[in-house]
Amino acid sequence: MYLGDEMHKAKAMTWYRIAQIGNLGLLLLWHFVHLIVNLWYFALGLGQTLESYLISRGLLKRYNSLDSNRVRYLAVVMDSKEAGQTSEVIKLLQHLEDIGIKHVCLYDPEGLLKKSKEAILEKLTYVKLYEEATKSDSLVRKDITLEFASFSDGKKAVLKAANYLFKKNYLCEEQKEFVCTESHIDEALKAIGCARPDPDLLLVYGPARCHLGFPAWRLRYTEIVHMGPLKSMKFGSLIKAIYNFTKVHQNYGT
Amino acid sequence: MERHSSCQTTFFAYFLAFLRKCIFMVLSSGPLPRHIAFIMDGNRRFCKKNNLMEGAGHRVGFSALMSMLKYCYEFRVKYVTIYAFSIDNFRRRPEEVQSVMDLMQEKIEGLTKEESIVNQYGVKVRFVGNLQMLNKPVRLAAERAMLATANNSKAVLTICVAYTSTDEILHAVRESCEEKRDELDALEATGSGPYGLLGPNNNEKEQEEQIDLREIEKHMYVTPDSDIIVRTSGETRLSNFLLWQSSVSLLYSPLVLWPEIQFWHLVWAVIEFQRNYLYLKGKVKQ
Repeated sequence: MYLGDEMHKAKAMTWYRIAQIGNLGLLLLWHFVHLIVNLWYFALGLGQTLESYLISRGLLKRYNSLDSNRVRYLAVVMDSKEAGQTSEVIKLLQHLEDIGIKHVCLYDPEGLLKKSKEAILEKLTYVKLYEEATKSDSLVRKDITLEFASFSDGKKAVLKAANYLFKKNYLCEEQKEFVCTESHIDEALKAIGCARPDPDLLLVYGPARCHLGFPAWRLRYTEIVHMGPLKSMKFGSLIKAIYNFTKVHQNYGT
Repeated sequence: MERHSSCQTTFFAYFLAFLRKCIFMVLSSGPLPRHIAFIMDGNRRFCKKNNLMEGAGHRVGFSALMSMLKYCYEFRVKYVTIYAFSIDNFRRRPEEVQSVMDLMQEKIEGLTKEESIVNQYGVKVRFVGNLQMLNKPVRLAAERAMLATANNSKAVLTICVAYTSTDEILHAVRESCEEKRDELDALEATGSGPYGLLGPNNNEKEQEEQIDLREIEKHMYVTPDSDIIVRTSGETRLSNFLLWQSSVSLLYSPLVLWPEIQFWHLVWAVIEFQRNYLYLKGKVKQ
């Protein structure tokens, strides 16, 4: 009986060791797969850098006639790490101004861009905040309107709109028959000062293609393009992203 | 001859299943997504590209869906959500809408059969959206399928029909407001008054925020938040799908048309997810 138990234990130990070696082998294979993928992205990055250079030098003819008016409202989403690089943000805005983009929304989840608002505005010549531009009619032709947004303008704005609607329409005895519609939410967002245009194109600067909580109510038909890290931002890749947007045809579900 | 060919096909199918299992074992050394959502774009383009009859693209698309579901469940993805029919799609030609509705009804009824993939993998099926917009036969078929699979618990398949994200948010806001109103009415009925137990000296700020974010999210059709949203045909927009739930979702847009999607596309999506996992997990915590 004692010998039987010992043999059983030895067998179990052997299987355990085999399983451990097997798991180690799988882990090595996993790292190998990811190494190949990273090499692929490195090669892709080199190709994109070269293409960006050729575009910015005007050597790729098809990008030379760019109709930037097709982009009525452009949003830029960046990770908080990217948002801290104020000089890169200013460079990006200068490129967008050169391309002819008139309305830009800068978004980062934590609101770091809102905090750097003054530093950004003083470096740009023809720029007005969205709130000021919509109040006054004196928008100079060259002016670019700038909006700063963060996570509090997304889900929290919808929450505020819900509370506004509740207070206005659900507390009175006479309004038991009130039926909330999407227009009521639009009106509520306007009433609380959170109504902004839906962007046509959203550029994501960061490691992953993810909108990081950009206001959901405004993202319905927005084209979302991943641009990579902000420090690798290039004029040529901006041109390419906007050019590709101008070639998109939307059915809007029909 | 036919038997030989059939044996070869079966052997090939088993070999592919074994290969997929090996790939799964390698990839499961890293984190795996819990919730994958699909925007099944490209059925009509596939139809045009292959000169098929109208509606045939959607049928081939359904087969692609069944294969993709099988691969997801082999990867132990617990939640799969698909964008089957948008509220905007009702604006298509009536014949096209009717053809899609007929196909949906036929395939929904097939889901509840014993040998179907949902019973094979223990999948609970949920139909979400503004279901009142569907015609009665489709709505009843959906209700029967939900009832038949209610006790399945290994995975959840959420099928969005007559759905848009803005309609979902509207529904959540409406339900939250109505629930809060009923709560206050009940308090008033017990004599606590419209200000609840805090009494009439409850301050302005607390009155303004009767509803909180948890109450709104409780009424969303689709939970939990998605890890990956796959939209085929290379289109880069979400078209009013899971806008609320995609704050930290990886968006993946392969160029392939939906009826042509393969196992490799899912593998690539999972590899992308693993590459960005730590970054996206950090965003969830924030």
